[in-house]
Amino acid sequence: MLRFTLRRILQVIPTVVVVALLIFVIFSVVPGTFAASLFADGKRAADPQMIARLNEEFGLNKPLMERFVTYVTDLAQFDLGTSFRTRQPVIDLINDRMGASLQLAVAAMVFALVVGVPLGFLAALRPGSILDTVTMIGAVSGLSMPQFWLGLLMMYLFALQLNWLPSFGYGDGSFQNLILPAVTLGVTPLALLARTTRAGVLDVLNADFIRTAHSKGMSEMKVVRWHVSRNALVLIVTTVGLQFGSLIGQAVVIEKLFAWPGIGSLLVDSVAIRDIPVVQGTILVIVLWFLLINTAVDLIYAAIDPRIKQE
Amino acid sequence: MTAPLLDIRGLRLGVAINRSTHHPLLKGVSFQIMPGEAYGLVGESGSGKSVTSLAVMGLLKKPLAISGGEILFKGQNLLSLSKREMRRLRGNRIAMIFQEPMTALNPLSTVGRQIAEMFVLHQGKSWSEAEKLAVEALGNVRVPNPDRRAKNYPHQMSGGLRQRVMIAMALACNPDLLIADEPTTALDVTVQAEVLRLIKELCAARGTAVLFISHDLGVIASVCQRVGVMYSGCLVEENETRALFADPKHEYTRGLLGALPRLGSRSEHGRQRLVDIDSIIADRSKLTETRFIAPRGAEGSQP
Repeated sequence: MLRFTLRRILQVIPTVVVVALLIFVIFSVVPGTFAASLFADGKRAADPQMIARLNEEFGLNKPLMERFVTYVTDLAQFDLGTSFRTRQPVIDLINDRMGASLQLAVAAMVFALVVGVPLGFLAALRPGSILDTVTMIGAVSGLSMPQFWLGLLMMYLFALQLNWLPSFGYGDGSFQNLILPAVTLGVTPLALLARTTRAGVLDVLNADFIRTAHSKGMSEMKVVRWHVSRNALVLIVTTVGLQFGSLIGQAVVIEKLFAWPGIGSLLVDSVAIRDIPVVQGTILVIVLWFLLINTAVDLIYAAIDPRIKQE
Repeated sequence: MTAPLLDIRGLRLGVAINRSTHHPLLKGVSFQIMPGEAYGLVGESGSGKSVTSLAVMGLLKKPLAISGGEILFKGQNLLSLSKREMRRLRGNRIAMIFQEPMTALNPLSTVGRQIAEMFVLHQGKSWSEAEKLAVEALGNVRVPNPDRRAKNYPHQMSGGLRQRVMIAMALACNPDLLIADEPTTALDVTVQAEVLRLIKELCAARGTAVLFISHDLGVIASVCQRVGVMYSGCLVEENETRALFADPKHEYTRGLLGALPRLGSRSEHGRQRLVDIDSIIADRSKLTETRFIAPRGAEGSQP
């Protein structure tokens, strides 16, 4: 198990290197620079001298290769560069936002897990029942609803009409402020989880070893507890992993909508003004998060399924 | 004459297509198994062998439903038992071995634990006690190194070993009746012989009756004292194994026996064709219920 764990962790390194390269290349070829975007409001004409000075200050006039070497050596020392706009280290900017982002992602995922998995399980145990039908209709609606629209509806209903919850803002991390954005963000993973759990459980229920379990004289409860749940867990863990990993990235829209000070809104703001070091840093962090969750999922698999360790 | 252990009387079941239509799969099957007797059911795929065994186990799933007849086990009609009463019999008094040793065991659970479940379920043992008994049960089916093997997962075992695990599990509570549904079909020939011998010897030693289901007449002949031949949902012939092989009464049985390749059998032209069964009974729909032989001892299988 230890070797397996180490191997999985080491496998992350090459992925990170390739991602870092890709990020650098992409943002070296995108049109528009920070300097130009400063004067992009159209009121003032861009002053070529000013642009040249800014480019020099940020090292943007240096050859691509040289910039690349600086980027990589800095990165190797965990230095993500300095923001063009605030002149602060990118890592500090991200640190400030990471807490809020994680809080939102974890809350959304917990909501999705606690509601989605039991619903999917119950739906699978009674296929064709009212609960099953309602859950699956709900899941399809949840998947097809645009998140920002759902967010607006929730805001309108729970903040404006009922006045139960604050409509937006971080509120110094109060739980009340967290509810609306977390629920909105959690609806998609919830719907997916309900569906995959249902499909996974149904699949297991049709397996031959479940027939064996019944032939041993087990009650349905025991069959589910002893034989179904663990087998269904594999598919559930996969879905949770994929969703959890991409949740910070998905949160971009929700963070904007609810004025949530997370990584997502930092990314959007920085893209708009071509604050490239911040953009690069944020994306790298999002990718790292995804890889981290993925590795964790692989390790959980190995703990659930003895067949995986062997390979 | 002692009372039969299992007495199936005019069992009819089918697929319920909707409330009014019902596609019959078993058209009134009757046979009896005496305590300690090994009874074989042969027949081609779809003849209703497996459905019969599932009906006895009470494991029929929708849309399969029983529409008539009785299944008497020690004089008690299984069809009238509650779910809970049926569960108490299942695995405990009537146990079953399935065809696919590859998929019939839970891949995420050790075989020891899966056998131990039987003792926990039916004998109220604690898990630690049950796991010790499971090791013993593995030893009884001649699995080498049973304590080490008990900690194995199914994927760490060969097909033959897994089938031994299934047998250990089925015989764990010393059932009165063991249903073996093609237990050796998925195994290669040498392993097949070992597993057959194991079933035969263990059941003989414990006095367990066996309902052995197979499409392989050779396998049936090596295990069973009596054979029933099924065709298209009916029991078409039933006899002592030796008598059936020597003197098949029904044309379908004759067809089955003729389809069996025999070592060294040659005709004048140096080669003998195996008989094609469909050339014997050309049209299944012409088979009427009246053409089937009533099992001996029963008053008749007329529905």
